[in-house]
Amino acid sequence: MTNARGRFGKHGGQYIPETLMNAVIELEEAYDRYKDDEDFREELDLLLNEYAGRPSRLYFAKNMTDALGGAKIYLKREDMNHTGAHKINNVLGQALLAKRMGKTRLIAETGAGQHGVATATAAALMGMECVVFMGAEDMERQALNVYRMRLLGADVVPVTTGTATLKDAVSETMREWTRRIDDTHYCLGSVMGPHPFPTIVRDFQAVISREIKDQILKKEGKLPDAVIACVGGGSNAIGSFYHFIDDPEVRLIGCEAAGRGIDTYETAATVNTGKIGIFHGMKSYFCQDEYGQIAPVYSISAGLDYPGVGPEHAYLHDTGRAEYVPVTDDEAVNAFEYLSRCEGIIPAIESAHAVSYAMKTAPEMGKDKIIVVTISGRGDKDCAQIARYRGENLSE
Amino acid sequence: MSNIGKAFEKGKAFIAFITCGDPDIETTKRCVLSAAENGADLIELGIPFSDPTAEGPVIQEANMRALSNGITTDMIFEMVRDLRKVTDIPMVFMTYANVVFSYGTDRFMRACRDTGMDGLILPDVPFEEKDDFAPEAMEYGIDLISLIAPTSEGRTVMIAREAKGFIYLVSSLGVTGERKDIDTDLERIIKVIKENTELPVAVGFGISVPEQAGKMAAISDGVIVGSAIVRIIGEKGKDSPEYVGEYIRRMKAAVLSSDTAL
Repeated sequence: MTNARGRFGKHGGQYIPETLMNAVIELEEAYDRYKDDEDFREELDLLLNEYAGRPSRLYFAKNMTDALGGAKIYLKREDMNHTGAHKINNVLGQALLAKRMGKTRLIAETGAGQHGVATATAAALMGMECVVFMGAEDMERQALNVYRMRLLGADVVPVTTGTATLKDAVSETMREWTRRIDDTHYCLGSVMGPHPFPTIVRDFQAVISREIKDQILKKEGKLPDAVIACVGGGSNAIGSFYHFIDDPEVRLIGCEAAGRGIDTYETAATVNTGKIGIFHGMKSYFCQDEYGQIAPVYSISAGLDYPGVGPEHAYLHDTGRAEYVPVTDDEAVNAFEYLSRCEGIIPAIESAHAVSYAMKTAPEMGKDKIIVVTISGRGDKDCAQIARYRGENLSE
Repeated sequence: MSNIGKAFEKGKAFIAFITCGDPDIETTKRCVLSAAENGADLIELGIPFSDPTAEGPVIQEANMRALSNGITTDMIFEMVRDLRKVTDIPMVFMTYANVVFSYGTDRFMRACRDTGMDGLILPDVPFEEKDDFAPEAMEYGIDLISLIAPTSEGRTVMIAREAKGFIYLVSSLGVTGERKDIDTDLERIIKVIKENTELPVAVGFGISVPEQAGKMAAISDGVIVGSAIVRIIGEKGKDSPEYVGEYIRRMKAAVLSSDTAL
């Protein structure tokens, strides 16, 4: 009998070439050995606190709350982490684990470039070699992050196959891993791919909800009524949800990138428009055609421009524990501008999807209710693109 | 013995991989027949997938060409039905889990049986996940082929013991595509496989020239060649069947000349 490992309901699993099987088994064994190891935990906590700047702030957005006239809105400021996004939480954990495993080289995919920058940062810090695969299309959209990665000493390899975006970068990083396994760890950036990645990445990102819980109990003496986060692969969302999953009174809301709308083909809203399938190592929901060909997806946000979603989100959707709502490009850009003016906080365009849904739902909730919105990253990287969206060409 | 076993009955086997629908279904048919006439013992038919993560650039591009021509799984089953009217050469599909899963595993395996396919290779379905596909494959008499890689190590025994059809031994790390040298200690792996199964072992990944084919055939029961054939089809298009046949004739000669009495 074969066993069913790393399953979230019917989702998850390990759908990868035989060549990689011992590598993921070795990773799982190492993770099981170190996750509760005192030295490992101490070293990681020290890095998260002293290097990455944790805990991140839970900020009461008074102006936004007053302006919307409903629920109290708190912002979980992952944008204030070192490197400007939640991605560093996972990367520091994985890089430390890779070092313990004797690996000297990190490879990673990146969409918006945030995970690539975080991986390049950890590699620089820990003296490891780093290669980042990035869709050629995304390299153009996120030129600043490409420069940052190279500045940090990483090789950035343009991926020109397929749609030249995040999904192709994941495929190419998997191919690279099958070429060179011995000294190389694939530092996967989201709660996706084959087991044990969805579990490892979720555990490293769960620090977000652990902190939210402590912070909100201190500030309000009760749990929030809703936690809202954007979902591409879903790492900041699962991190924000995780410690609330067993608190059924807390609504968990994931905001998917609807692109030009879920009634168009130019969308990346996987849960809302996809169906169950097997791809990139996992069973989950994917945007695909009737023959199982993975659909080209679209979003203004390079970080959410992915045709799948992590298997644990697929499961939370199946059980109804979390809701997944679509947010269009237009709505996200409006929220990007709104938060900048209203609170003086420029969110990543990814995070702006979550802000947008909070703007929609807060006025429908009573003033005694509490919403926490995770600001997964900061928006400096998006300014040139949003300016273009508004018809303005920035020259640097 | 399954029909696949026949491919290995006349000595060392040459297995040819062809991406279906590149550049069109008609050319694929002619390539299959040309391969069979020129000494191929088994045909691996690739059903194109949008994101073939185990393939190198040559087969990736063939997948893209076929898909952009609108090739679908149903059209490929029709093609197999036509081919079966004129050839009984053993044939297996090579595709990705999602192509089968989205078609409906039961429906896919039944169509394989009804059109005359003998086996199926899914490079993104390892031993641990094969229960998603194996029961239906068995029900319809389709051999689900297992792959063993240089990195399989302690996994080789369990994979070999439950294998069907033949063992696809991956020659080296990485994705499909032509390589200059193959320096994996394949003989050691083949010895372990042979201790645990009666099935033939064919070596694939990276084989493109007669000298390599001879070397690999000398230590195994056959060789699998994909990218080199797909490259010819990519270059010659509709004219490729003749060139594919000529190439396979040379490769098969090298394979046969390696045939030492075991």
